Amino acid sequence: MTAADLYNDRILALARSRTGAGQLEGPCVRVSRDNPLCGDRISLDLRLEGGRIVGLAHRTRGCLLTEAAAALVAQLALGMTPGEAQALVRHVQDLLAGRPCASTPGELRVFAPVAAVKSRHDCVLLPFAALAEAAASANA
Amino acid sequence: MNSEVTELRRAFPIFAAVPPPFHYLDNAATAQICHSAAEALHAFETRGRANVKRGVYRLADAATAAFEEARTAVAAYLGTDDPSEIAFTSGTTMGLNLAAHVLSPRLGPGRAILVSELEHHSNIVPWQMAAERTGAELRVAPVDEEGRLLVDRLEALLDERVAVVAIAHVSNVTGILVDVARVGAAARAVGALLVVDGAQRVPHGPFDVRALGCDLYAFSGHKMFAATGAGAIWIRRELAEELPPFLGGGEMIARVSFAGTTYARPPHRFEAGTPAIGPVLALGAAARWLLTLNWQTVRRREEALTARLLDGLAALPAIRILGPRDIRDRFGIVAFEVAGLHAHDVCQLLDGFGVCTRGGHHCAQPLMDRFGTVASVRASLAPYNDEADVDALLTGLEVISRKFR
Repeated sequence: MTAADLYNDRILALARSRTGAGQLEGPCVRVSRDNPLCGDRISLDLRLEGGRIVGLAHRTRGCLLTEAAAALVAQLALGMTPGEAQALVRHVQDLLAGRPCASTPGELRVFAPVAAVKSRHDCVLLPFAALAEAAASANA
Repeated sequence: MNSEVTELRRAFPIFAAVPPPFHYLDNAATAQICHSAAEALHAFETRGRANVKRGVYRLADAATAAFEEARTAVAAYLGTDDPSEIAFTSGTTMGLNLAAHVLSPRLGPGRAILVSELEHHSNIVPWQMAAERTGAELRVAPVDEEGRLLVDRLEALLDERVAVVAIAHVSNVTGILVDVARVGAAARAVGALLVVDGAQRVPHGPFDVRALGCDLYAFSGHKMFAATGAGAIWIRRELAEELPPFLGGGEMIARVSFAGTTYARPPHRFEAGTPAIGPVLALGAAARWLLTLNWQTVRRREEALTARLLDGLAALPAIRILGPRDIRDRFGIVAFEVAGLHAHDVCQLLDGFGVCTRGGHHCAQPLMDRFGTVASVRASLAPYNDEADVDALLTGLEVISRKFR
């Protein structure tokens, strides 16, 4: 695994897309998560209607991997049920552990090269963990 | 390569083991182990293994003798001929927690602890916990925009309510050397004790700990070219005699009965349970080896390398150095940011050039807050570093800035 594998064009494009950057107006669930290793932080807003995620926005202060993961979270979560959103984090954990399953959404595989770099797993997981927490609390 | 550096590198097994390019600039986190320390560790575990301070058979007696010789070597490195002032710990963090614990009886409502804004979390959190436990107040001395401790402001925060001042000797972010002697004099004037986090000073050469005017001085072995798992705290002898134990258990007692237990004299009072014997022997071996170096030469070379690093960084666009730009009163630790790039990404990309650096908040979040940032890249030097290491870092940064910003 080289730095070029890790910072491939798809990851860089995702990070630079800033998809979902901003905040939701009106009632929503808001969670914040920190990466204690580096102090990175994501604040994520989520709105649920009719049992589906209809709004998501985030303020992310992080490395390229965290920024890319936050953008992908914003792309994938809209229209999902809270349960489906919570399942995403498990798919990412499996992918990073080097054992993706058949049902792992193809979009997540962009992070497959990160599996080889243990110290960066949390960078990718942070936005997905924030999504899972927000989804659980919106569903409560 | 400079012939002195070539010679020094022969004393470190890592340089024969890792293929080039290998530019190790993460010494402030963990320095490489020197041959004599590695050999002491290996020899103990494979040829001399027995518990210390217990058995009377020859193997155990030899282990105990070696353990106490390590104590003598560490004491000599700190300029003291009294080994009983050295208590072995697992490292600086444990040393500072030990200090916060044994000094707690001097704390309480109406008393205060004074730390500074430049501290490592290891010299903040144990004191926050002690303040919570005892009801003491925690005061914080500020630093200026370069991260230099404002000693005048620290002195203004000192009054007779302050029982403990806890301060780093050298910042793990900026490499700044704190005027501990001045802080010590100010602390003594109000009757406060001075605890020093020496983790980043100790690897840069021997010194006279008593001349600093402090009362407790904690440091780690793995940053001074020994093994992980062992460090030490120097405690001024007169004070050590008065202090209560830290952890309870075997080895730290004089006599145990259900009617009451009495404690061993220092330093054994502070060493409960079986210590990390191999790493302690490695620490002693590293101290002995370090004492053989010509520190005038080593320091001169480190200063020149630090200047080369600072000048090189200043010449690159988009680099912001956190801390002073000059080499006055500092050691070879330099933190910086690359505009538009996160520290972890920079460190990951530098790894592609064989350059090992640290990215993050360096366990100094209050200082990062003071610098108005969350994370930075840190390069830290050791005697085995040379111009090629610094130049590899600068070249890597130049390429990364061009490609990724």
